[in-house]
Amino acid sequence: MVPFLLAFVMLSVLTPWLTRYLGTRVFYLIALLPAAAFAYTLTQTATVTAGGAVKQSIPWIPQLGISLSFRVDTLAWLLALVVTGIGALVLVYCARYFTDDEPSLGRFAALLLAFAGTMYGLVTADDLVIMFMFWEITSVLSYLLIGHYTHKRESRGAALQALIVTTFGGLVMLVGVVMISVASGTTSLAYIVANPVTDTMGTWAVLLILVGALSKSALVPFHFWLPAAMAAPTPVSAYLHAAAMVKAGIYIVARLAPGYADSDGWLPVLVTLGVWTMVVGAWRALRQYDLKLLLAYGTVSQLGFLMIAIGFNTRDTALAGAALLLAHALYKATLFLVVGVIDHRAGTRDWRKLSGIGRNAPALAVIALVAVASMAGLPPLFGFVAKEAVFTSLLDAGVGGSGWGYVALIGTAVGSVLTVAYSIRFFWGAFGTRKEQPATVLHASPWDTLFAPGVLTVATIGLGLFASVLDPLLAPYADTVPGIGTLTEPPYHLALWHGLEPALYLSAVVLLLGAMLFRARRGVSKLQARVPDYIDAGRGYGKAIRSVDRVAARVTHFAQRGGLPQYLGTILSVFVVALGFAAFVNRTWPDSIVLWDYPGQVLIALIMAICAVMAARVGQRMTAVILAGVTGYGLVTLFAFHGAPDLALTQALVESITLVIFVLVLRRLPANIAQHNKPVRRKRRLLIGSLVGLVMGTIGFIALGARDFESIAGALPRLSVDDGHGDNIVNVMLVDIRAWDTMGEVSVLIVVATGVASLLFVSGRNAVVPRLKESRSLRSGANRRRVVADPELSSEGHAVTRQAFLLAGRKNDPSSRSILIEVLVRLLFHPAMIVSIYLLFAGHNLPGGGFAGGLLAGLALVARYLAGGRYELSEAAPIDPGKILGLGVILAVGMAVLSLFFDGIPLESAYFTATVPVLGDLSFGTSTIFDIGVYLVVIGLTYDILRSLGSEIDRQSEADGIGQRPEPDAEAPADSNEPPADTAVGVRIDPQTETSTGGGSQ
Amino acid sequence: MSASLTLVILMAVMYAAGVYVMLERSLTRVLIGFLLVGNATNLLIFIMSGRPGSSPIVTGTSVDDMVDPIPQVLMLTAIVINFGITALLLALIYRSWWLAQLGDEGDTLTDEHAAESADQADNAFRSSSDDDDAVAESIDEFERGDGATSDEDTDTQKTDAAGRAAASTSAASFGEEDPR
Repeated sequence: MVPFLLAFVMLSVLTPWLTRYLGTRVFYLIALLPAAAFAYTLTQTATVTAGGAVKQSIPWIPQLGISLSFRVDTLAWLLALVVTGIGALVLVYCARYFTDDEPSLGRFAALLLAFAGTMYGLVTADDLVIMFMFWEITSVLSYLLIGHYTHKRESRGAALQALIVTTFGGLVMLVGVVMISVASGTTSLAYIVANPVTDTMGTWAVLLILVGALSKSALVPFHFWLPAAMAAPTPVSAYLHAAAMVKAGIYIVARLAPGYADSDGWLPVLVTLGVWTMVVGAWRALRQYDLKLLLAYGTVSQLGFLMIAIGFNTRDTALAGAALLLAHALYKATLFLVVGVIDHRAGTRDWRKLSGIGRNAPALAVIALVAVASMAGLPPLFGFVAKEAVFTSLLDAGVGGSGWGYVALIGTAVGSVLTVAYSIRFFWGAFGTRKEQPATVLHASPWDTLFAPGVLTVATIGLGLFASVLDPLLAPYADTVPGIGTLTEPPYHLALWHGLEPALYLSAVVLLLGAMLFRARRGVSKLQARVPDYIDAGRGYGKAIRSVDRVAARVTHFAQRGGLPQYLGTILSVFVVALGFAAFVNRTWPDSIVLWDYPGQVLIALIMAICAVMAARVGQRMTAVILAGVTGYGLVTLFAFHGAPDLALTQALVESITLVIFVLVLRRLPANIAQHNKPVRRKRRLLIGSLVGLVMGTIGFIALGARDFESIAGALPRLSVDDGHGDNIVNVMLVDIRAWDTMGEVSVLIVVATGVASLLFVSGRNAVVPRLKESRSLRSGANRRRVVADPELSSEGHAVTRQAFLLAGRKNDPSSRSILIEVLVRLLFHPAMIVSIYLLFAGHNLPGGGFAGGLLAGLALVARYLAGGRYELSEAAPIDPGKILGLGVILAVGMAVLSLFFDGIPLESAYFTATVPVLGDLSFGTSTIFDIGVYLVVIGLTYDILRSLGSEIDRQSEADGIGQRPEPDAEAPADSNEPPADTAVGVRIDPQTETSTGGGSQ
Repeated sequence: MSASLTLVILMAVMYAAGVYVMLERSLTRVLIGFLLVGNATNLLIFIMSGRPGSSPIVTGTSVDDMVDPIPQVLMLTAIVINFGITALLLALIYRSWWLAQLGDEGDTLTDEHAAESADQADNAFRSSSDDDDAVAESIDEFERGDGATSDEDTDTQKTDAAGRAAASTSAASFGEEDPR
């Protein structure tokens, strides 16, 4: 079974490709696969008839007890034959139904084949969860197949309807599946049925599974999707909506019936809904003019019939139900295929426009007649045998004391009368000759369009005549149903002739009444028109969906109209209420509180608090940023006084770089915040802000008192020195003990750097590394020392020959150059880089480390940029920042992977100690390599930020033609007020204006 | 555990100020709020390390006096991440200002749905129910037939159908294609 499923998957994947070469002939090829599966299933007949089962199992998720297990017993055998046999025939039929120019033929063929495979998996799966998976796949495939005509609105709508209804049922069923597998402790269907869960949980689980079955098999109140699904191509209707998918619901009921048919609610639900569905479906079928729609409603009706028979709880009904299932699949698929032929040849399915088809296409008419007669229950066809069996077994059940037996018998009898009537109406409508209509012109069609319906018809006749041969094949399933009736009488056997028994009389009466109903069709029509549709499930569904949509729209409209402030306000209000309440009911507080740790702390805190409040109030962007920066520097002092030198160092560096970056961006934005929109709702914001502050303060207190165990800090010095070979505990934790954390953080930094770069360089970051043309020659040692003439400053008379302190200094506007800064940067850059490397390596034992070192190096780059502009930045680091980031992360990840090769866990570090002359004992750990990775990532991040928010914004503003627009007191105020709107488009279209200068760097 | 009241109050004040600015519409303000809240959060973690002590560097001296290094490790990463996120937000602010062509409006964004009425919101969802209407319509059409020869066509059904057809005029245009 598993090899076949794999073959289905692979062939489906190949089918679109094959279709390109074979056209419609591909259907003949792919039909071979379900045919082979059919043959394979036939080989299992002997085992199955003996009451055994063919099993196959591959473990899949052992933790959950889910395995790819398959089991073919009688029921699965029957269903597998139906889905593979009819599947193969329908595929063959498709070859003639479609033409080579059918749009998306390959997709259709692949989906139909995949569907056949899925159905085969569904009926043979033994694992409940696997069965459910196939169940859901059929829903999705049916969605795609119904929506085959993607350009048609009703086709798309019908597909979505079918999907929503069946997946709704599927979801409910999933709950039941989980409940029942938990209750019984296994996912094996065979076990669950053999050892039924009889408690309340089991009852509910089964009822939930029934909801799924009812929705899949289109029973009231879910029946409306099936007629709508007739928007699909006819082969799909014949296969999915008559023979296969709608049988999945019947199948799961049949599967569970042996164990659960007696559980509470089972019989009432199935019989009530079954009778209702049978009568309603037949009633509506009786008034259809579209032949396909007539069949669709007929299918709904027959599914109700099937559900009653299969779901009823005696051995004989189970046998009858299995026979009916087979009979229905045979005749209904035939009829759909016949309608497809009529549709193709006559160009319409409205029987009022058809006339004389019976005369002109006798073979088609004969096939249809046999199928219709089987549907109506005429001897000697298989439909008759099955219906007889149902009537007899239901009567037996009623006699045996089951009230539901009589209800079901009367219901199915009434439904059968209607069935006979619409069967006659179908044949009369499709093949009759109407005097007022000219004979329908039929297009020629090749003989083999009748192959598939013909085979099915032969089966209908053959199984009818030799029903007793089939009986022992189906009996093993029926025997598993331990219902009433088996004890009182000899078990029922399928046969064409049972003698003159009550069911025969009932059949005769049903046929007679049905024929009369057809004769009185005008009266019936009038009656139908007069009876209003009290409940139209289809429209009810439409209303339900629409109201869900409306509620969703209203909720969205209500909750999402205020913009960012409102969303934040909502989140924070919830935060205040929830945590405020938790803080209010809290009863643990810290043992001791001191007012301050040292007097200076109060002063620092006071300054920080004032600055924070001021930052919230001022209207100038830059002022606000600087004030916020002061709180950051305040933290630096707090850290420094508190015994946290690493933190103080890092915070100080970060604070400096942040300030610079702010300035870089804000220079392009207007100086004042929100000139036009005055801040609103000040009181509300103040309230939320104060409450959040209050709650956070309280939480801080509570957290201090909430410690139940001693800190693990006590063990860290030893861990750090002995295992991490470093004295600086913070650094050792970063690169060794908690290295995974750092790894995550490094990843965040890379994402951030990429994000910043992609926001600024919209199309490719490599394109814009501006380089000086002459940089290569300037860099050479000889040229560095040579005094060159400054072209910018050269004047008549005396050549200004001055050495440039910075390579790109001359690129800058002379009026904004500062020679002092250039000199300082020239003097400080290299020492700063050396110190950063020192910090990196010393960090293991002293304050420092990769983060601080990287930030210092970044700061050095910032200085180069500030002094010399973007060309200087590129000259300072003539490498793509992406490469620096990449190298850094390779080092870090490489470290993690490397230890795996030495039988370690990821990121486990190793140490090498050696005694080197002069330097003494040296210890070098692999964790240092990790730290170098961190160092490089931080440099790459800073560089990327600088290049994006510095260089690129420079370039964009130059391209704008606005020029540098630094401070409020710029020389041209009118110019600076000009929005970038006018020129922005041109810039964005051509972001590569600079590439010409940087050609050599790529 | 004990802690300095000064630091707890400072933290609360910074949170309050940060949230107050964060609730404004100007994106720069939001970012300043983010900085303040970020610093306040660092302070919160910092308070958890208790009273001051010697730095967590093993120098051979007493270990008892050492402050808890774990909050420091958490904060060190937090500080650097804060820096990265600040840069990202700045890039976002710049980009949105640039794309929205706000010019002197600065970085103040208007509320996206403020002017939208409830009906407009409903409209956004109407398309899917149109499909359902089309399904019902096509089934009804078949069931009703073309009317002339049928004796089932009562007047009530006709008006009903006409009303539905008017309700979904767009559906009708799709309903005429070659049905298979």
